[in-house]
Amino acid sequence: MADLRSTIAGIRSPNPFWLASAPPTDKAYNVVRAFKAGWGGVVWKTLGEDPPVVNVSSRYGAHLDTDRRMIGFNNIELISDRPLEVNLREIMEVKRDWPDRAMVVSLMATMTEAAWAGLARRVAETGAADGLELNLGCPHGMCERGMGSAIGQVPEMVEQVTRWVKNAVNLPVIVKLTPNITNILWSAEAAKRGGADAISLINTVNSIVAVDLDAMAPTPVVDGKGSHGGYCGPAVKPIALNMVAEIARNPDTRGLPVSGIGGITTWRDAAEFLALGATNVQVCTAAMTYGFKIVEDMIGGLSNWMDEKGYRTLDELSGRAVRNVVNWNDLNMNFSTKAVIDPALCIDCGRCHIVCEDTSHQAIRIDAGEGRRVFTVVNEECVGCNLCSHVCPVPDCITMVPEQNNLPYVTWPNDARNPMRVPEAAAE
Amino acid sequence: MTLIATLSTAQYPAEDQLASPYTDLTPAMTPVQALAESNRCLFCYDAPCIKACPTGIDIPAFIRSIATGNLKGAATTILSENIMGGTCGRVCPTETLCEQSCVRNRAEDRPVAIGRLQRHATDRLIDGEPAHPFARAAATGKRVAVVGAGPAGLSCAHRLATLGHEVTVFEAKAKSGGLNEYGLAPYKMADDFAQREAAFILGVGGITVEHGRRLGADLSLDSLRADYDAVFLGVGLGSNNRLGIPGEERAGVEDATAFIERVRQAPPGQPPAVGRSVVVIGGGNTAVDAAIQAKRLGAEDVTLVYRRGRAQMGATAWEQGLAQTEGVVLKTFAAPKEIGDTTITFERTRLADGKLAGTGETFTLQADMVLKAVGQKLSTDALAGLQVTGGKIAIDATYRTTLTKVWAGGDCVATGEDLTVQSVQDGKLAALAIHSHLTA
Repeated sequence: MADLRSTIAGIRSPNPFWLASAPPTDKAYNVVRAFKAGWGGVVWKTLGEDPPVVNVSSRYGAHLDTDRRMIGFNNIELISDRPLEVNLREIMEVKRDWPDRAMVVSLMATMTEAAWAGLARRVAETGAADGLELNLGCPHGMCERGMGSAIGQVPEMVEQVTRWVKNAVNLPVIVKLTPNITNILWSAEAAKRGGADAISLINTVNSIVAVDLDAMAPTPVVDGKGSHGGYCGPAVKPIALNMVAEIARNPDTRGLPVSGIGGITTWRDAAEFLALGATNVQVCTAAMTYGFKIVEDMIGGLSNWMDEKGYRTLDELSGRAVRNVVNWNDLNMNFSTKAVIDPALCIDCGRCHIVCEDTSHQAIRIDAGEGRRVFTVVNEECVGCNLCSHVCPVPDCITMVPEQNNLPYVTWPNDARNPMRVPEAAAE
Repeated sequence: MTLIATLSTAQYPAEDQLASPYTDLTPAMTPVQALAESNRCLFCYDAPCIKACPTGIDIPAFIRSIATGNLKGAATTILSENIMGGTCGRVCPTETLCEQSCVRNRAEDRPVAIGRLQRHATDRLIDGEPAHPFARAAATGKRVAVVGAGPAGLSCAHRLATLGHEVTVFEAKAKSGGLNEYGLAPYKMADDFAQREAAFILGVGGITVEHGRRLGADLSLDSLRADYDAVFLGVGLGSNNRLGIPGEERAGVEDATAFIERVRQAPPGQPPAVGRSVVVIGGGNTAVDAAIQAKRLGAEDVTLVYRRGRAQMGATAWEQGLAQTEGVVLKTFAAPKEIGDTTITFERTRLADGKLAGTGETFTLQADMVLKAVGQKLSTDALAGLQVTGGKIAIDATYRTTLTKVWAGGDCVATGEDLTVQSVQDGKLAALAIHSHLTA
């Protein structure tokens, strides 16, 4: 059995699956249910200075596929709308009853040291928090009041807030980054300069998730109007993976622990974040879609897969794919792979053919077979783009098989076809 | 019919009440079912199901429209190729047509429920849409006579009307729909669907139906040819094959088609009485329909006897299984020899080198009602002047008969299986051929 115990920035949890700061971690009732279900830790929904915020009615929007599966999720909810005192008391009660679980508390304040340091001290004084997470990412509502992404989008402010909190309390500080920026490295580096013990990402992506075509307003509709909100769920996972990987392979941020967030729905999603350098993961939308029980398969699936692959601890797994994330210019121009269709698995839907024919390289031929069509890849035309294998409804029916061309690894800067190639490399 | 021992369903204990033959055997899909099922369609390229549909409905397109919430578009896609898509969604042997070729069978052994989805889409449009989805083209001034208001005739009339022609349909019976109204089991066509569909089809305008007009009685081919620019014959088959055995004329012996018609036309709440022991002879879908209806009407024992084997039966495997589920006993390799007062005697048969032969061994079944479903044949009485080949009206590739200005389609011609869907296709293609002729 793989050892799933996790430590990030000195914060321990029995497994790497935390609930992200969000509605599921808004109060003791939910958090206790989560811990009973098996979650390794929580980041308590963001606390602010009193008086608490007031939320609007109707808060969530969804991007559903035609089968009503949740592709993406969006919210215009603000931070905790309960008094600080109530939240702190519940945090203490829950931590007292669940000492082995990670209890991290999310904070948000305006751009003043007094506000940030004051909040941090209030939390630290409870003695119940294992760490703090700084919410510098909320892209709706709070940013209009100078908080959330209004701070997270300015690297100098990220650094300053981090330093204020680090100076105020002796607790691990995780800085949560917004993806609504041009380059994630700037804010990651700023957090590190400010003394962050770890960073977490991504916060939600600024979005209009859908338009209600009857109301002619963005969803969620609040009395005929809508506002942009924070997008999350499976659809944002690729955005998050890239940002996590960029931080992991950037010399200035390498080694800074990362708590991965963004559309994690299955153990496989989690494994991918870990492989790209995350130390643990945070989940919200999947829990809000299915309930807390999904953590069972996340734990079991990750453990079984690690056993199968021979990873004994999370440390052995974390970052294993980072060295294989390179710039385009470092890819091998001589590599060639071709699609191969297994006729025994083919169900004759023809989708590989039509997408290749209509939108790609006209590389899949149809022949009449016995009572069915036979689809064959035309190797001379196939560029190995993978499109057919992605649209094929049958797993493993279309596989990509590398050609054995015995050519050397040549990158674009050194490629003879590159008119701008480096002269000395070309001279070899 | 005096000897039929009537047996009302009331004799069954209330908790074991039989399913009524007048309610849907396969219920309409709920919106949730339709959503889930439509999402199973893979939107195949040049889909095998389209090729398997005699009317060539763009099945992946209509199913995708269901999935996206475009039910009107889905129905329009269906009805533009098959104006009786509603009936076909209910009665088509999809297990040997579109659903048999569904690629979902290959990996999952379960096709997309195309028939039920088709009903789902067309029901919404037929029942709920105030405006007819098809508009008529500018009037051509041409007049076409259609004989028979069955699937072929109504399909032909509808297509001609949309193309701008004026159509008069002559129908012998009191209602439109042909076998949809008189020949299909009521549990497949519940809630008067044949009439609702006919009304929808006629709703396009430009079609007049004259009921009680029969070719050979007050109509002749010659007069129609003289009075109209073109004539389409969708007259069906008209007469039933006989067993040709002693006792066939006894009371309680009836053609299955006549029995089904009686059941279909009975006033609500007053279904026909059936025998206690019913024997149905034949192996087609009509035999299965009659047997299941007899069972649902309260017959204690219903036995369907076919002279060949299960594999040779015209009824699909699904229909055979359905009959068994409904409590019908299937007996194969037995040919009827003699009908007595309350019995029928069969001789066991076997296939030798593909030929059927009697074995000499006989057995006798209790039967106070015998329903004959051994095929129908073309009634040629009023078709003088037309060439008939192999028991069907001879036509060329454009549905043109050997008489000028006369086209034909449906069960009275040999284009495919005698199915509603084939008749609709015949009527549609014949209408296009007539249109080409009239506008050339």
